[in-house]
Amino acid sequence: MSTTTPAWERVQLARKADRPHSLDYVNALINGFVELHGDRRHSDDPAMIAGIGAFNGRTVMAIGHQKGSNTRENLDRNFGMPNPDGYRKALRIFRHAEKFGFPLICFIDTPAADPGLGSEERGQATAIAENLLALASLRVPSVGVVIGEGGSGGALAISVTDRLLMLENAVYAVASPEACAAILWKDSNAAPQAAEALKLTAQDLKRFGIIDEIVPEPEPAHDASDATIQRTGEAIERHLGEIEAIADRPAGIDRLLELRYEKYRGIGAWVDEQEELIGELPVGVPGTSTPESTSD
Amino acid sequence: MPDFFRRKPTFNREDVSAEDGPVVPDGLWVKCQKCKDLVYSKDFERWFRVCPKCDFHARLSASQRIEYVLDSGSFEEWDRGIVTSDPLEFSANGDVYREKVKSTTRKAGQPEALVTGRGRIRGYDAAVAVTEFRFLGASMGSAFGEKFARVVERAVDQRLPFISISNSGGARMHESTFSLMQMAKTTAALSRLGEHKLPHISVLTDPCYGGVTASYAMVADVIIAEPGAMVGFAGPRVIEQITRQKLPDGFQTAEFLLEHGMIDMISRRSELPGTLSLLLLHYADAFLGRHQPGYAMSGQSRNGEAR
Ligand SMILES: [Zn+2]
Repeated sequence: MSTTTPAWERVQLARKADRPHSLDYVNALINGFVELHGDRRHSDDPAMIAGIGAFNGRTVMAIGHQKGSNTRENLDRNFGMPNPDGYRKALRIFRHAEKFGFPLICFIDTPAADPGLGSEERGQATAIAENLLALASLRVPSVGVVIGEGGSGGALAISVTDRLLMLENAVYAVASPEACAAILWKDSNAAPQAAEALKLTAQDLKRFGIIDEIVPEPEPAHDASDATIQRTGEAIERHLGEIEAIADRPAGIDRLLELRYEKYRGIGAWVDEQEELIGELPVGVPGTSTPESTSD
Repeated sequence: MPDFFRRKPTFNREDVSAEDGPVVPDGLWVKCQKCKDLVYSKDFERWFRVCPKCDFHARLSASQRIEYVLDSGSFEEWDRGIVTSDPLEFSANGDVYREKVKSTTRKAGQPEALVTGRGRIRGYDAAVAVTEFRFLGASMGSAFGEKFARVVERAVDQRLPFISISNSGGARMHESTFSLMQMAKTTAALSRLGEHKLPHISVLTDPCYGGVTASYAMVADVIIAEPGAMVGFAGPRVIEQITRQKLPDGFQTAEFLLEHGMIDMISRRSELPGTLSLLLLHYADAFLGRHQPGYAMSGQSRNGEAR
């Protein structure tokens, strides 16, 4: 159970330390970027960066998970895993963008939300949930880009945007392959198999209609940082332009919110077997089950 | 305390004994999972499956929960036919998800991990969503998310307050990013509920983790937890493994959450219908207009017929 799989190789690429991270994108794409700090509640989380600047001539607010490019930086940045203060900083920036009518650009790159004692005490689940709620009805256009690792609710908390893009070698899943392997294979060495089963590549998610566009990496981002960032900027501009055009019409923001609702409302794969089920199922038969199949 | 004498749970004793570990063969006694004392099973039932000796709140199935909380015979189920279509054709180590759903459906007596519909609590109409933990740990996948979005949308259409009662291990891994996106979908639905000034009351029961707490369950207008319920984002084992710290006593219990300001109150199981109906009375002012005598009366629904 240790042989690699194509999806697992993607995971390795997505995690490469010398891949460009959120601040690289922000500094290259956003003119006069001013970083803003702190959640105004408890602390400033270095795993989440935020700020204001000009993107192709218009003021925007930008938010991103921030990983380090070496071990020392990663220790400072908690490997890009925000605590509740990071998510509340993001929430403050969402509201700030809304107040001034600035579009929002989000860079997603985290293995997961921080699973620590302090995070639990300060309400990690609540912080993420409140961001999902805020983004669902945020009255400004928003674009998200998964630039590396999109891991679970910790990634989702800044990615419920009007348009969601993904770099060719980025991954996005409900849990890390390691966590999935530990739970469903009972063996964390089965991560390559779990990565394959989770269908976490940009190609899979485009096929499922979960993301809107794949930003190609003719050369992997860690070998072609500038070109990748530039290509990403062009894709953001194209999508932002489209949704701004909707938002600028009379009552356009309401239309945009409707479209956003439909986008997320429509994701899911289910069938209605009403007829077949009626009468067939025993009701209230006791049994046992274990929470083996779950994660955040 | 007089609350629990008012209604008599009607499910049979097999329901009680099968789930609660070692039982004396004649089924007269159940062993409490917490204090390990033997409890006369009729007492256990009468106390809503709460140990009369140590107050341990045993887990309930969705149908037991509905039986306890809603007025007898008032529940009308919606969307029972919505089931997963296994978008990833997922299997892990030879364990095929599609097959697992079939066997789980038989075991749990429910076709999905969420049961939705409308009913009355002491005469007050509400839309309700209740999780079924025996169905893959009440994990949230596509069908769960779809049923949740529908019950909330119908609450808006029918002008009903919304009550969710949850325990869950989190998002369902077998549907990967589809499951993750249900977190966005369920909260988006709730944002519409809020725009219509309809309240969401969330009841957290043991255990509630991951994608469910990090989405709809923690953004309610009022959050209630059962005593001793374990509630958090990451599971205690994961936290211990990653931080190599020993977790303090009482970590992630309902009492811990109350102390840290994450929930509004803890309600004992016997008091839950009373608490919920009192809240529904207060919030009715917001969505029915002031002073609506008769709203509290059973069968006097102003909300029209169910769709
Ligand atoms: Zn006991």
